[in-house]
Amino acid sequence: MTTKNIMIVGVGGQGSLLASKLLGRLLITRGFDVKVSEVHGMSQRGGSVVTYVRYGDKVYSPVIDKGEADAIVSFELLEAARWTEYLKKDGRIICNTQKINPMPVITGAAEYPAGLEEKMRAAGIDLDAIDALSLAEEAGSAKAVNLVLMGRLARRLDFSDEAWEKAIEESVPPKFIELNKKAFHLGKMA
Amino acid sequence: MKQLLLGNAAVARGLYEAGCRFVSSYPGTPSTEITEEAAKYDEIYAEWAPNEKVAMESAFGASLAGQRSFCGMKHVGLNVAADPLFTLSYTGVNAGMIIAVADDAGMHSSQNEQDSRHYARASKVPMLSPSDSAEALAMTRAAYEISETFDTPVLLKMCTRVSHSQSLVETAPRQEFEKHYEKDGAKYIMMPGNAKKRHPVVEERTAKLKAFAETCEWNRLEAGADHAIGIVTDSTCYQYVKEALGDTYPVLKIGMVWPLPDKIMTAFAESVEKVVVVEELDGFLEQHLHDLGIPARGKEIFSPIGEYSQNTIRKAFGKEAPEGVALNAPIPPRPPVMCAGCPHRGLYYVLKKLKLTVLGDIGCYTLGAVPPLGAVDSTICMGASVSGTHGFVKALGSAAQKNTVAVIGDSTFMHSGMTGLVNVAYNDSKATVIILDNSITGMTGHQQNPTTGKNLKGDPAAAVDLETLCRAIGIPSVRVVDPYDLADVEKAVREELEKPCASVIISRRPCALLKYVKHPGPIPVDAEKCRACGACMKIGCPALSLRDKKITLDQTLCTGCGVCTQLCKFGALGGDK
Ligand SMILES: Cc1ncc(C[n+]2csc(CCOP(=O)(O)OP(=O)(O)O)c2C)c(N)n1
Ligand code: SF4
Repeated sequence: MTTKNIMIVGVGGQGSLLASKLLGRLLITRGFDVKVSEVHGMSQRGGSVVTYVRYGDKVYSPVIDKGEADAIVSFELLEAARWTEYLKKDGRIICNTQKINPMPVITGAAEYPAGLEEKMRAAGIDLDAIDALSLAEEAGSAKAVNLVLMGRLARRLDFSDEAWEKAIEESVPPKFIELNKKAFHLGKMA
Repeated sequence: MKQLLLGNAAVARGLYEAGCRFVSSYPGTPSTEITEEAAKYDEIYAEWAPNEKVAMESAFGASLAGQRSFCGMKHVGLNVAADPLFTLSYTGVNAGMIIAVADDAGMHSSQNEQDSRHYARASKVPMLSPSDSAEALAMTRAAYEISETFDTPVLLKMCTRVSHSQSLVETAPRQEFEKHYEKDGAKYIMMPGNAKKRHPVVEERTAKLKAFAETCEWNRLEAGADHAIGIVTDSTCYQYVKEALGDTYPVLKIGMVWPLPDKIMTAFAESVEKVVVVEELDGFLEQHLHDLGIPARGKEIFSPIGEYSQNTIRKAFGKEAPEGVALNAPIPPRPPVMCAGCPHRGLYYVLKKLKLTVLGDIGCYTLGAVPPLGAVDSTICMGASVSGTHGFVKALGSAAQKNTVAVIGDSTFMHSGMTGLVNVAYNDSKATVIILDNSITGMTGHQQNPTTGKNLKGDPAAAVDLETLCRAIGIPSVRVVDPYDLADVEKAVREELEKPCASVIISRRPCALLKYVKHPGPIPVDAEKCRACGACMKIGCPALSLRDKKITLDQTLCTGCGVCTQLCKFGALGGDK
């Protein structure tokens, strides 16, 4: 199998770590070669963050390059727009419609661009935009945004619900398993 | 079963399996998790030292005592520890000793982009360079064998992409290791008479290591169909080359980057028409090939600046590189910011307001350099705030003394600010030094340090009393302020700058992200009262924004620190006054 590439992007502190942990677990139990790569440190203080997840028969590079991502899962709208160049021609962006102002917007030095969803679609991008925050709250916690988005991603990937659920069980503390499964299914069905 | 492990965690696993018993490090991205992961193994004693030089010397002590030891640091940390490194090359080790150093091409979290491979060559210490987690684990184990066989410390060169990528590894059980200590002055007392005899030993060792490099498994030839080009590469670049080119061209993968295998390199060059070297940062392997008389090409094709990726390689070899669609819209950058509730914010607000010259240092508080705070004049390396301010004030005299301050974090102060402060006192520069004591090493992900009262494992430990320390150093005026109280901070800064003596202000408040810190919760906001004057926007708090002439507060971010409430004159923030 040729290598598949999934990018997870967002704002430092939004909790993309759990999403990549979950994917990693799921993929190794399926017998793939897997690489998961993220930059720790400075950018985590509210900066733009990105995680690369790659899997296939044999994965070399730990990073995903421009034009290579099969899917980009974004925790925030502007961050989805920032990384569009990394999407493959037939790739899909799965995006939480939440907006978080970056500091240049807060200080008035820049504007949060208007109409980003329309602009992405106009550029020919296959955009799956959802209000993951509301669905996460419906599942029981605003923190479950990551699982809602993983549920959405699951529609694009070829893994059974059982495999996903097993990976969830192995990735979150026991008392949050049900909540996270619920968020996953809400994202998948919505 | 195979596990997915972070490169740094794989090094820690390697330490565990090889029977390592002693780890002493100073945190620094991207090296930090090696030590944090090692500390999770009960069999390994692991600690945070105050700086890299102390860490390396401590690791040497443990090796001398007969235990396999380790110290880890980021690339600039090796500058701090260079002194012991060069002489440990002469003494060699008793039990094996590994020094991990992590480079940061692309400067994700660093102040420069230096290439650590030069240190191996300069100090004549062998260096291994893994390209993924499995190699990181295997090379860590092998490094101890090399260390003991050749009687030398061994450098393990990591980089951001190897340290912070997870890939599959296979683990093995631990094997205990112990040696005895025997006094051997001729080997370990490096005064001229002995050192003169050790230098030839180092040269002989390098010759033996060179022979070893010719046969060791880490320098590997991979066949390729087209011999028009042969590629020499190392570290993460190997992965980019394979990703982009597969087995089109023969590849010589160098895993032991010092000393280099002259014969293998020469034979490889003879087997291909042209040699191209793919290595990040400096042309280190390329220079060696040139020294061997091989007309290799490297840095004329690939930049010495920043990181590479598979597309870098594709483009250089004339292959099509995929491209995506960039949006035709200006996308504002999202730089890192100080957290909401960060204790550093209030202090910087005052420094900016007083229009002071601020010689800064390295930590979360470096973020005080970016707008809207923008209150920093220089940031060089750890400790340079204090010593730099000393020089600045000495050079310009009393005029500068009244409007110049040094700003340094607690961990950075313990690392190398203290010695600068001794100079302030001893050579009497009357400088004002502000220690931002947030009771943690924040920037690198919250490590304990000698001021926090806890050790790496989280157990209670002795805590340096900063006030007493500064007084003992000879600073006549030492006072403590709460950075959430803007008026008090301003008063303290003004008064200390006026004093005709050196002073230290300790700005004390724990980091807002620490679990034990209880926050009062979001402040009350009355947007009706907001007159859009923008006073509160000067502190750059991510929880506040002024949209359509009204203030809005992000309830999920606000901790209730109350700094902004001291700026709003109209009662929009923080309720009635
Ligand atoms: C020689 C060296 N070692 C390590 C680092 C990595 N580093 C950057 S900032 C920092 C510590 C910051 O802690 P502190 O001074 O307490 O400030 P805080 O981040 O908590 O505000 C470290 C270890 C470095 N830049 N240089
Ligand atoms: S981690 Fe702590 S010290 Fe660093 S910016 Fe956040 S609150 Fe401030």
